[in-house]
Amino acid sequence: MTLQDDALALPLPPAPSIYHPTPRLAELRANRPVAEVTFPDGSTGWLVTRYADVRQVLIDPRFSRAAAAGSAASDTGIALVATDSILGMDPPEHTRLRRLVAGAFTARRVEELRPKVTALVDTLLTDVAARPRPVDLVEHFSLPLPVRVICELLGVPPEDQHVFHAWSDTIMSDAGGDPAEIRAAMGNLAVYFGKLIADKRATPADDLMTALIAARGNQDRLTEQELVNLCFGLLIAGHETTANQINMFLLTLLHFPEEYARLAGSPELVPQAVEELMRFVQLGEGAGLPRVTTEAVDLSGVTIPAGAVVLTSMAAANRDESVFADADRLDLSREITQHLGFGAGAHHCLGAQLARMELQEALRGLLRHLPDLRIAVPDAELRFKTGMIVRSLQSLPVTW
Amino acid sequence: MWNVAVSPACIGSGVCAGSAPGHFAIGADGRSHPPATPVDPDDAILGAAASCPMEAITVTDADTGTHVDPFI
Ligand code: HEM
Ligand code: HEM
Ligand code: SF4
Repeated sequence: MTLQDDALALPLPPAPSIYHPTPRLAELRANRPVAEVTFPDGSTGWLVTRYADVRQVLIDPRFSRAAAAGSAASDTGIALVATDSILGMDPPEHTRLRRLVAGAFTARRVEELRPKVTALVDTLLTDVAARPRPVDLVEHFSLPLPVRVICELLGVPPEDQHVFHAWSDTIMSDAGGDPAEIRAAMGNLAVYFGKLIADKRATPADDLMTALIAARGNQDRLTEQELVNLCFGLLIAGHETTANQINMFLLTLLHFPEEYARLAGSPELVPQAVEELMRFVQLGEGAGLPRVTTEAVDLSGVTIPAGAVVLTSMAAANRDESVFADADRLDLSREITQHLGFGAGAHHCLGAQLARMELQEALRGLLRHLPDLRIAVPDAELRFKTGMIVRSLQSLPVTW
Repeated sequence: MWNVAVSPACIGSGVCAGSAPGHFAIGADGRSHPPATPVDPDDAILGAAASCPMEAITVTDADTGTHVDPFI
């Protein structure tokens, strides 16, 4: 039983270390696994921290993204967009879109792309190794890698990729950023995609955008607006997250040098290491995107009423001792586990297999090209873009 | 009627259980299982099969054994 005046104020205080979530989450997981919270605007909701409960919220259709998309909790820059996107829909509308794109992101299709990604990693890191030190890894490796991969998949011409990146950067930057600028950038991107779609319609190519255009032509399974939003969403969802994970994986490995040495000595551990790092590194400071209950639901003995905003903490769930023994320890040889770093349920990351493969090839490439890599500045000098769920490094100066 | 099966390639993403809740549930082993099969045809099952990242779901006609899922 929680009382209104007992409600926990969000956001939680920032974590004392970038390598671990705030200790408040462990307290909540132990004592108030389904905690009533108040948001900065005074509205209320619930924060869920145990692995089993988080998984349930993400999978159980009584927790609706579509209902959340219209709610006050989503009234900020980002969540607004996710509203019009696949991430703001419930099945069956959600399934109609998801089944159209899923085929391009299956484990099998992703394996076919691996040689290209390995070659791209080699090209980027050969260039990095030839630069005067220190080198900013964000600019020269962790951002260009996922941007080029998703642009290649979608069929965005390489010569357009830089303009593109400037817009998406504006959109993804600070929640406190200038709304007018964000809207302008979104407008530019939408116009750009509209034009690209017209080009592909005139001259079909062997890429995902062409395939989606065909799906649209075929019994109108996709509206024009949905087509633009999908391309847009794929682009945005596909690069900042992956770039961030590359940066955070590297920072984390170098912070636990015995684990890094172990990986360097046994590169066959890379796939396991990627899963363990996905578990260990939290994507952002806060919780994932909100859900809203469509009816009252009991969770860990607490009744969440209908119409309530529910947040899940993937970071807390991924450190749940009842699932991951010695959960606060990074152990790259841990047996592969179902961490929640890619979410779960209908909205389980569409790009999960692609991201896994990119992360594996990025780690292998770094070990191969720059085995003596070091961060060139102390942690205190690392600058994160603030105000976002996706915590993102502005730059990562490295040397060797 | 359709037979629904999930192969050991399943990684427990829960995409199927989230998209076709009556037809798939994640078991204690962390993998998806159809609670009942064979079942009446339902497009949500094909949607889940098409959305599975591991292509782990097969749907066959219970009488003829022919595939009705997207990956034949
Ligand atoms: C390491 C990198 C990545 C991480 C950590 C990540 C994480 C996530 C998470 C946690 C969700 C679920 C959000 C929720 O349910 O609230 C999600 C959804 C999604 N992700 Fe990713 N992602 C990554 C890379 C990618 C890539 C490379 C792509 C695309 C090419 C992508 C596309 C998507 C899409 C489209 C969704 C929404 C799916 C839906 O609503 O059906 N992601 N991602
Ligand atoms: C299909 C469309 C999209 C997908 C799949 C997607 C996916 C995601 C995911 C997985 C997260 C992390 C949330 C978590 O931790 O669970 C996220 C956060 C975020 N996304 Fe998106 N996104 C989409 C569209 C957009 C667009 C178009 C924008 C630009 C306005 C945007 C801006 C952001 C921002 C700023 C955050 C940080 C969240 C916050 O501060 O509240 N997203 N998105
Ligand atoms: S969608 Fe596929 S991988 Fe995910 S739980 Fe269902 S069967 Fe398993």
